[in-house]
Amino acid sequence: MSETAVRFDKASKLFGSVRAVDAVDLALPRGSLVTLLGPSGCGKTTTVRLIAGLELATEGRIEIEGRDVTRLAAAERRIAMVFQSYALFPHMSVLENVSYGLVVGGARRQAAEAEARQMLDTLGLKGMEARLPAELSGGQQQRVAVARALVLRPQVLLFDEPLSNLDARLRRRVREDIRDLQRRLGLTVVYVTHDQQEALAVSDIVVVMRDGRIAQMGTPTELYEQPADAFVADFMGEANVIEGEVIAAADGRARLAVGGSKIEVAMRAGRPGKGRIAVRPEAVTVLPVAAAEGGSNAIPARVQRAAFLGQHREYELETAAGALFVVAPSGAAAFAAGESVQARIDRAIWLG
Amino acid sequence: MGAAGLARVAWICAAVGLLVAPWHGLEGGLAELGAWPAGIATPLLGLALGDRFWLLPPLGLLVLATLPLFGLGNAGRILTFAGAASVAYIFAQGYAIGLRGLEWSWLAPILGPEVPAQAALGWGGALAIAGFTGICAAGLAARGRFGGDAFIAFLVIGSALLLVLFVFLPLLRVLQAAIYEHDQFAPSALIARLTASEAWSTGCVADGVGCGVVWNTLVLATLTGVLTTAIGLAFALLTTRGELRAVRMFRALTILPLITPPFVVSLALIVLFGRTGIVTQWVSYLFDVPRSRWIYGMPGVLLAQLLSGAPIAFMLLEGTIRAIAPSLEEAAATMGARRLTVFRTVTWPLLRPGLAAAFLLGFVESLADFGNPLVLGGDFDVLSTRIFFAIAGARHDPGRAAALAILLLALTFGAFAAQAYWLGKRRYVTVSGKGDSGVPSPLPRGLAMGCGAIALPWAAFTAVIYGIIMVGGFVHDIGRGDMTITWRHFVTAFEVEMQAGGAAFRGAAWDSLFTTLEVSAISAPLTAGMGIMLAWLLARQVFPGRRTLEFMAMLSFAIPGTVVGVSYIMAFNVPPIELTGTAMILIICFVFRNLPVGVRGGIAALSQIDRSLDEASATMGAGAFTTLRRVILPLLRPAIVAALAYSFVHAMTGVSAIIFLVSAKYNMATAYIVGRVEAGEIALAIAYSSLLIVLMLIVVLGIERVVGRVQIGRRGGRGENEPAEPAMRLGA
Ligand SMILES: Nc1ncnc2c1ncn2[C@@H]1O[C@H](COP(=O)(O)OP(=O)(O)O)[C@@H](O)[C@H]1O
Ligand SMILES: [Mg+2]
Repeated sequence: MSETAVRFDKASKLFGSVRAVDAVDLALPRGSLVTLLGPSGCGKTTTVRLIAGLELATEGRIEIEGRDVTRLAAAERRIAMVFQSYALFPHMSVLENVSYGLVVGGARRQAAEAEARQMLDTLGLKGMEARLPAELSGGQQQRVAVARALVLRPQVLLFDEPLSNLDARLRRRVREDIRDLQRRLGLTVVYVTHDQQEALAVSDIVVVMRDGRIAQMGTPTELYEQPADAFVADFMGEANVIEGEVIAAADGRARLAVGGSKIEVAMRAGRPGKGRIAVRPEAVTVLPVAAAEGGSNAIPARVQRAAFLGQHREYELETAAGALFVVAPSGAAAFAAGESVQARIDRAIWLG
Repeated sequence: MGAAGLARVAWICAAVGLLVAPWHGLEGGLAELGAWPAGIATPLLGLALGDRFWLLPPLGLLVLATLPLFGLGNAGRILTFAGAASVAYIFAQGYAIGLRGLEWSWLAPILGPEVPAQAALGWGGALAIAGFTGICAAGLAARGRFGGDAFIAFLVIGSALLLVLFVFLPLLRVLQAAIYEHDQFAPSALIARLTASEAWSTGCVADGVGCGVVWNTLVLATLTGVLTTAIGLAFALLTTRGELRAVRMFRALTILPLITPPFVVSLALIVLFGRTGIVTQWVSYLFDVPRSRWIYGMPGVLLAQLLSGAPIAFMLLEGTIRAIAPSLEEAAATMGARRLTVFRTVTWPLLRPGLAAAFLLGFVESLADFGNPLVLGGDFDVLSTRIFFAIAGARHDPGRAAALAILLLALTFGAFAAQAYWLGKRRYVTVSGKGDSGVPSPLPRGLAMGCGAIALPWAAFTAVIYGIIMVGGFVHDIGRGDMTITWRHFVTAFEVEMQAGGAAFRGAAWDSLFTTLEVSAISAPLTAGMGIMLAWLLARQVFPGRRTLEFMAMLSFAIPGTVVGVSYIMAFNVPPIELTGTAMILIICFVFRNLPVGVRGGIAALSQIDRSLDEASATMGAGAFTTLRRVILPLLRPAIVAALAYSFVHAMTGVSAIIFLVSAKYNMATAYIVGRVEAGEIALAIAYSSLLIVLMLIVVLGIERVVGRVQIGRRGGRGENEPAEPAMRLGA
C-alpha cells in the first residue's frame, strides 16, 4: 500500500486558453495536513476542485489512494469538501444536512441519523440537530459543514479557504480545532488559504503556488528558512531582498559584500558569486552608531521611519545596500526617525 | 441515471410503440381500441408486415439497438445512430406520405405509383419517438457527451425535439404557406403578399380612404407605447417621489389588468361610450350632441390598450425609479442644485433606459393585442385581426394570413431587437444590492401637479371601468342603460338544476368554463415543470448547443399569439401530427407560449442559489438527478409556484392564439365570450368575464398568501432595470 494519498501526474486544467493549473506533479502523504498557499488567482481552488472531481483535468492524471480518478465525477470519488460559503442546504435541518451524504449513498435513514448525531457530538454541536443553518452562528455553521464532510469518512478532506467568513478571533480557534481533529482521526487534509500565518500554523506540508505551478513544497520551517526564490521568500513572511555577493561560504556561515561593507552572517546553502540575498525583518538588529555589539556584521544606516506597535517596533532603514524593513522587540532601545544607527544583519538567505 | 439504464427503459418504450400500441391516431377515442390489433388500432408491426413496407426501417433499427443491451458492438455509436435515424425516419415518412397518399412526388419511382393514404401518428408513434429519443440520448451519454450523464442528455435532446416541433416547425409552416400558391412554389406570390397595398397603402394621407394595415398597427402601437409610458411615469413619480402615498391602492390596480381577459375593458368602453352607452346618452341629452360610433375604431382600441398597458408601465417604471439611489440626488442637492435642476440633470437621465423599456413594452403588447381590436376595431383593422379574418373570415386565404403573420412577426422581432440594442448599450442603473439610505428628493412642484392631473383622473377612470364590469353582470342591460337588478345573465350562463341523479349543469357557459379550467389545470403544471427543468439545464449544466436551446426556449416570448394560432392550425391540421380539434392542441399551445416565463423565473431563482450547494451535494455522492430533486427543487419552490400561477392565469385569459384552435367540443371561456360579444350579448359577456376575474383573483391572492407576491405579467415581469431583490444568498 502506498503512503501517497493524492498524486498528480502532469495534471493541467485549462479554462479556454487560461492554464489555471499547469502540468503539476504532486504527491501528498497520507495522514498529513497539506496547505495550498499562494496569491489570489494562482490556481489553489482549481487544484482542490481537481481533487474533488468538480473539475476534470484537461491533461495528465490524478490518483487518490492509488486509484485513477482522472475521469471520475465528484459523486464517484471518496472525498469530501468544506466550501468557503459552507454550502449548507438552507432548507434542511442540521441533522438532515449531516446525514444527507449517507442517505443519498443508500444508508437507512435511522442508521444515517445515528451516525450523524455522533459526529455532531464529536464536534460539540449537540442540541443543534433540529436547527436550520440560518439559525446558527458563523462558527457553528462552519462546524456543521465539517461534520457533514467527516461523516462520510472521506479518503481526502478538502477545505477551500474555510475561515474567510469568520472574524479574526474565531479564525485562530477554528483552525486549531481543524488541526486537532485531523491529528486525532489521522485524516488526509488539503487546505487552501492565501494567509501564510494560517498555513504556517497548521500544516505539515505547505505547497506554495504561483501562476498554476508549484513554486515550492516543503515543511513550514523549510519554506521559511530556505525559500527557493524571492517569490516564496516574500510570500512566506516578509523579506528584504538586496543585491550582494557571497565571498566565501562554509559550515552554515558566509562572508558577504553588501552595499560596500563586508559582513559575516549565518547562511545556509550559499555559493560564492553575485546574486540576491533575502533578509528577514527580525534577522536585523538596530544598534546605536557607537555600540560595540555591531562588530564586523554591521552596516551603517539611517532611520527613515519608526513606529511603535505595542508588541514590537518597526523601522525603515536606509542603507547603502538599499532599504531595510526591520522588526525589533519593543523592549530594545528605541530610535527616532532621522537618527544614524548601525544595522547588524544576523542571518541571511541566499536566493542566487 | 447511467446510459445503460436509460437505454433499457427507452428500448422498452420504443418496442411498445412499434409492436403493441396503435400506430395511428384513434379518431373516435378509446372505443376504437376494440379493433386491436387490427383495423384502425393496428400497431406498426402489423402495418409494416401488411402492404406498408416503408414502415419496416424502424423495426430494423430497434433490432439494431438491441445489440448494445447485450454488450455487443460499440454501444455509444449504435444507440446514437439507431435513435437519431429512427426519429428522423418516422417524421420523414410521415411528411412524405399523408392523407392524399404520396406527398413528396420525387419518391414515386421508389414507392411505386399507388401509395395508400396514411393517417396521423398516434400513441404508438408518440411512444416510439420518445423511446428512440431516449435511445439516442443514452448513446450520446455513453460516448461521453453531456458529461456522460444520460439523464441530462435525455432532457436536453427531448426538450430540444419538443421545442422544434411546437415552436420552430409551426413558424416554418407559416413561411411555407406564404411562399406557396395552390400547392405551387411561388416566391413571387410571397413578394406580392408581403408588399400588398392592403398592408402598406398610404391612401389615408392623401384621400382618407384608409391606410394599410401595417401603418394602422404601427401608429396604434406607437401611440400606445408613448401614452402608457407617460401615464405609468406619472403614477410612478407620484408614488415614489411625490407626497402621494397611495402605493398600495395603485399596486392593487396593477394586478387587475393581469388577471383580466384582454378584451374585457373593451366591453366596459362599449357600455360607456357605445352608441347607446351611458356617457353617450348623457352627453347627447345634456349637450344635444349626436350619438356616434367613434369608440369603434382607433380611439376605442387605443383607450382599451392604455387601460391595460398603463399599470404594467407603472410597475416597470416604479422599479426603475426605486433603483435610482437617492444619494445621487442628495449629492446633487448638496452641490446647490434646485429641485427642478436635480430632476432634470440627475433623475431624468437615469430614468431614460426605463422609459425606453416601458415604451417598447407597450409597443409590443399593442402589436400582440388581438382581443381589443377584435371587439372595438370596427373598420379599423390591425395585423392581428386581419390575420384572423384571413383564416376565419369569408375569404379564407392561408397564404395571405401567413404573409401578414410574417409582417407582424417582423415588427415584433424588430421591437425586441431594438430593446436588446438600446438596453444593452446604456445600462447605467445604480443598483448596488446594498441598501442605499437617503431621502429621495421631492418632485418639483409643477411636475407633481402635472403628474397628479394625469394620474388621478386616470385612476378614477380605471375604477369606473372595472366597476362597470363588476356591476354589468347583475343588471338587466347595462349596454342600454337598463339598470334593473337581475340574475338573468348568470342563470343563462351558469344554471344548475338539481335532479334526482345530482346536479345538471344546464347553463350555456358551463362547457367552456369546464374546458378552460381543465386545460389551465393541466397545462400549468406542465409549463412550470418544463420551464423549471429547462432553466436548470440552461443555468447549471454545460453542454454543446446550450445557447441554441436557450434561444428556442425563449423564442415564443416574441411571437404574438395570433401568429402562434395561425402557425398551429397550419402545422397540426394534417398528418403526421394532427391535433386540431382536440383539447391537446390547446394544452400544448399554452405550454409553449407560457414556457419562457417559467424559464426566466427559474433562471433568476437559480442565480440566487449558490452553485456550491450543487457541488456540495455532488461531493457527498449525489448524482445530478438526486441533487435536482433533493436540493434544487425544494429551494425553487417559490419560482415553481410563480410559474404555476402565471401559466394558470394566462391559460384562463389568453385569447389571441386559442381563438384559432378552439372547436365546438373544446371551447374556451375567452373564445366563448368573444362569440357572445359578436352576437351582441354584451351583458352576458360581462357577467362571464366578471366571474373569470373573481376566479383568478382568488387563485392569485391564494398563491400570494402562500408564497408572497407573485409576478404574473407576461412581459412586464422583471425589467432589466428593476432593482434586484435584496440579495438572498442561499449558500450560507
Ligand atoms: N470556471 C472558470 N472559468 C474560467 N477561468 C477560471 C475558472 N475558474 C478559475 N479560472 C481562472 O483560473 C485561474 C485560477 O483560479 P483559482 O483556482 O480560482 O485561483 P485561486 O483559488 O488561487 O484564487 C484564475 O486565473 C481564474 O481566473
Ligand atoms: Mg480560490
